[in-house]
Amino acid sequence: MTAVSAPPARKPFAYGRVLAWLGLSLIVLISVFPIYFVFKTALTSNQALFAEAARLWPTHPTLVNFERVLGLLSPAAAQAAGGSGSSISFARATLNSAVFTFIIVVGQTFFSAMAAYAFARLKFPGRDAIFTMFIIALMIPAIVLFIPNFITIKNLGWLNSMQGMVAPFFLMSPFAVFFLRQFFLSLPKETEEAAYLDGAGPLTIFWRVTLPMSQGPIITLAILTTIGMWNEFFWPFLIAKEDSSYTLPVALQVFRTQTPQGSPDWTGLMAGTFIAIIPVFVLMIVLGRRVVESLAFSGTK
Amino acid sequence: MTTQTSAQPLVVTARPKKPTSQAWVGYLFILPAMIGFAVFYLYPALRGLQISFTDWNLLSDPKNVGLANYNEVIHDSKFWSALWITVKYVLWNIPLQTILALLLAVAMDRLVKSMFVKGLLIVPYLLSNVLVGLIFLWMTDPLLGIINQWLAATPIGKQAFFASATQAIPTIAMINTWKYLGFTALLFYAGLQGIPRTIYEAASIDGSSEAHSFWRITLPLLRPVTVFVLVTSLIGSFQIFDTVAVTTQGGPVDSTKVLVYYIYQNAFAFFKMGYATAMSMVLFVILVVFTLLQLRLLRANESDLD
Repeated sequence: MTAVSAPPARKPFAYGRVLAWLGLSLIVLISVFPIYFVFKTALTSNQALFAEAARLWPTHPTLVNFERVLGLLSPAAAQAAGGSGSSISFARATLNSAVFTFIIVVGQTFFSAMAAYAFARLKFPGRDAIFTMFIIALMIPAIVLFIPNFITIKNLGWLNSMQGMVAPFFLMSPFAVFFLRQFFLSLPKETEEAAYLDGAGPLTIFWRVTLPMSQGPIITLAILTTIGMWNEFFWPFLIAKEDSSYTLPVALQVFRTQTPQGSPDWTGLMAGTFIAIIPVFVLMIVLGRRVVESLAFSGTK
Repeated sequence: MTTQTSAQPLVVTARPKKPTSQAWVGYLFILPAMIGFAVFYLYPALRGLQISFTDWNLLSDPKNVGLANYNEVIHDSKFWSALWITVKYVLWNIPLQTILALLLAVAMDRLVKSMFVKGLLIVPYLLSNVLVGLIFLWMTDPLLGIINQWLAATPIGKQAFFASATQAIPTIAMINTWKYLGFTALLFYAGLQGIPRTIYEAASIDGSSEAHSFWRITLPLLRPVTVFVLVTSLIGSFQIFDTVAVTTQGGPVDSTKVLVYYIYQNAFAFFKMGYATAMSMVLFVILVVFTLLQLRLLRANESDLD
């Protein structure tokens, strides 16, 4: 990459540089070590947990904890390995999280893009007033909305259902609309106007011209939404009431409160935690550069 | 008298007249988003306000009580306690996080720009608050947690962390910093890229030291990013809930009962819907005032680059 900004020629700056390197390395280590430790704990058998608490790698790594929490063992075997007899299946919770995230990312991105396009390119009475309202919605604290939304979902009979969990997020997010509208505004109009000349209507232009030109920001938005929704806790926590409807974060929280004889099922908990982290790893390996750029970009809006 | 039509310009603009039926197309495009906005943002905001004027436990009908809830909020020592605990948390969290992130960003800018390092630093941010809470609950466990195993070998000795009324809030603040440090540093890093190198070169020719350049050039020019970071992290920090719900549930001895957790309890444990929504409205007002104050104090509209 480009060279570091030109420092003055002769400067006794070695100390500062060394310090900076140490600091940077320390922070990277601190950022990564806990995750490694989750993995190490998940691979430790319950029996060995106490003796090996300070070790950095288990003497006899085992996959039994993963099998337990994924519901692959019989109840007796699970309990023998330290399980609490909990009926939570992290396999089910992972599936719920995946469906939850997928539905929202697809719906929210698409419908928000449509609205953003209208705010950026189409003229209709009340356009700017409505957009301003959307922006104000950005500033409302979540808890203000959650309580009445909970009542709405309850009255619809959607408690403990996927539609109930997905509902507030599915059709739009103020951030998504704002983000895309700003981007659409910055697109050059020539291509769209050429399409108008050819007789295309707004719908065609949106679908055939604008969207293809906006792949970058749309993918950015999709990544941000995916991360947000995969990790969403508060709302699914309010809505899901049975083991079979929990998303992953909720399942982990409930799992933690179900303890065998007083102390939490650490190995099972860490196995579940690691399962929840795996998609993050996959995302970083596949789209790492994209993710970093998306997050950095989200700050420069 | 015949009216004169306005003379058509000889040069025809390349843009054909857009069809006047565009209005309904516009409404069509925003329809799904409008529905989502109306049902899950506009309606709840208004309904929340309305509920805050009632006494309601979800089972029987709501009873109108006017401003009684708000009056109760002002006199509720638990509310003020929750507010104070939240402020304490923010004071522990935001300065530490922001300053460390800034230093980290500068270090990254000078030393290493590799995508791999950035990727590693971002991983904590990608974890749910629940995961972060669980990971550190485990690592700080008094008996088996690795942090205490290591501390036991030092003069500091084992610490109670989440189990101590005095240490709980700082601990939650630290793990939150852990989660957001890399992300915040990335934001600052992106901001640093926007500062022209020529300014630094001119300054060093004039004999400015690195530290001096940092204070007089970097920091002022980073103001837009800093404002963004401070405002958003403050708003987010003030509403902390997930981490508390997972680690301490408001304990020990209510020492971590932050504002949103207290509101949550009132709504979903005590079923005092009116009271809970009243408090959430108060929180809303606090945040708006806070944000406006911040923007004013930090002169957010100006950019020193011009």
